Formats: sequence, structure tokens, C-alpha cells
Amino acid sequence: MSIAIVQFGGSNCDLDVLHVLRDVVGVDAELVWYKEEDLDRFDGIVIPGGFSYGDYLRAGAIAARTPIMNSVRKQVEAGKPVIGICNGFQVLTESGLLDGALTTNNYPKFRCEPTYLRVETTETPFTTGFKKGEVLNVPIAHMEGNFYADEPTLARLEQNDQVTFRYVDEKGRVTDEANPNGSQENIAGIVSTQKNVLGMMPHPERASEDILGSADGLKIFKSMAEYISGR
Amino acid sequence: MQYQAEVTIELKAGMLDPEGTTIKRALEHLGYGTDSVRTAKKYTITLQAKNIDAARVNVEEMCQKLIANPIIHNYEIFLRELE
Repeated sequence: MSIAIVQFGGSNCDLDVLHVLRDVVGVDAELVWYKEEDLDRFDGIVIPGGFSYGDYLRAGAIAARTPIMNSVRKQVEAGKPVIGICNGFQVLTESGLLDGALTTNNYPKFRCEPTYLRVETTETPFTTGFKKGEVLNVPIAHMEGNFYADEPTLARLEQNDQVTFRYVDEKGRVTDEANPNGSQENIAGIVSTQKNVLGMMPHPERASEDILGSADGLKIFKSMAEYISGR
Repeated sequence: MQYQAEVTIELKAGMLDPEGTTIKRALEHLGYGTDSVRTAKKYTITLQAKNIDAARVNVEEMCQKLIANPIIHNYEIFLRELE
């Protein structure tokens, strides 16, 4: 099994993801520069966080239109699991692989802090290791994380069980105070219609070892690896 | 012919514009009451095209494919021929 970690100019969580996959989960992972055109040899893909292209134009907009994203699309169509974290989520919405858009936080400030997430569905390749309703402690670090989708899209996301994580308080309650960026319905992460693409603003790679204060994010990568093994 | 397109991108009506809201508040601190402040971005693009219609088609495509995000933005194109 090998997982690709896509690097754009300005990606900066690539090495953290590499460390977690290789040293904590214990799977083969490789950094792949965005000029690479062939991702066929990989079984899964992570688009890490950072500030690809300096967030020029809109966060994720330029990276979403690079040729490597055509290869990512091809792997998605082949059913391989893909995770976009933070800027990676922005890249996935900008490329149309996920619904909606990530706009400026309702309080327009870069927020870097722990958040609590509730697992809304275990029917995805990334959440099989959790219990539904489980509350995770995973940090955010972003200024454009305010999830927006029009009403029909939002209804479809809810109906198809595509909302994967929601911002909640410590006890798992969806409240305005627990929503760090104004996201509709406190949405922190969604999957694609086929469920094999996950986008999330919080950083599970920053919460994958106890020494970091939380290892709650680890199961996302472990679930992904198990899903790949089972394919 | 060479044309210049001024493309204005703004958030759709009803969408939260936190930057605009912050500027509105700052204006209030200075004593200026406003009903609303909305932000927009402007891009100036010069390009070659056979005629102004061809230029418009081209710039429309640019907006659809990259410059705007149709989910959240409206855009306006102002085109003129350059001397």
C-alpha cells in the first residue's frame, strides 16, 4: 500500500502527514510534487494543508487548476480514497470534487485553536474506526474555513449522509459558540457523493499522537489505511 | 486588436462579507454612519482578440473557470478597446 501526499508550492503540513502515515500508522507514503502527472501507483491520496500559491485569488483556487488535479480526479473516479485537509479541503471544493465553498471566517481572523468535532457518520472510508456521535479533539488553523453551500446542496449533503464532522462543544452539542468560523450547520468536514473523498478544515495530523495533546485524529488515517487494505 | 477588461468580483447578495462588516464598524468609529459596506476585487486584464465580442467570450470563460467561484461570486466585466 502506498499513499501519495501532494505538495504544491506553499503546502506546509505535508511533512506532518508523512510522519503520521509512515511512523504512526505504519504505511508507505510518499511526497509527490504537483508536477507529477501519474498517480496510478498510489492507493490513496492526501492533499495537505498550507497556503498553496500564497492563497492568491482564493484559497486553493490556483492549486485546484494544476494538471495534477486531473490525475487526482482520475484516482477518485477509480474509487481510491482521497483526503483534503484545511487548504486541501479548499483545493477539493475549488476543483469541484467536493460540494460547496470555504469562505472567510465570520470573524475574519486566522484562528488556530483546538476544536471539538462530532463524528456524524461512520459510513465513509475515513470514519469506520469511530463510533457515530463520538467527540474528537482536533485543532483548526485557518482564516477561510466558513463552509457555504446553497440550500439544495446543503439539503442533499444532509440527506445523503455526506456531512462527516460537525463542530460541537465538549459534550457533543452543536452550538454557535462551538462554531469557530460561521460554517453552515457547523459543518467541519464532508465527503463526496461516492464517499471516497473527504474534505475537512481541522488538522487530524496535528492530533495523532498523545504527546501532541490528542491522538483523536489518528483513526481517520487508520480507517483510510484499513479501507485500502480491504479493497 | 488589444482590449482591456476590468473584471469586478463580488460575493453574491446575502452572503456574509466579514471584511465589509469590519470596515463598516471602523467607519462608525470615525463617525461615518453607513447602511452597508461590501468588498469586491477588481482585476485588469489586457488581451488580444478579433473584436470586442470575441474578447468578451474569452473573459467570460476566464471568470467561469478561474477568476470567480460561481458558487459564491457574481462578476461584472467592463471591456474597452485600447488605442
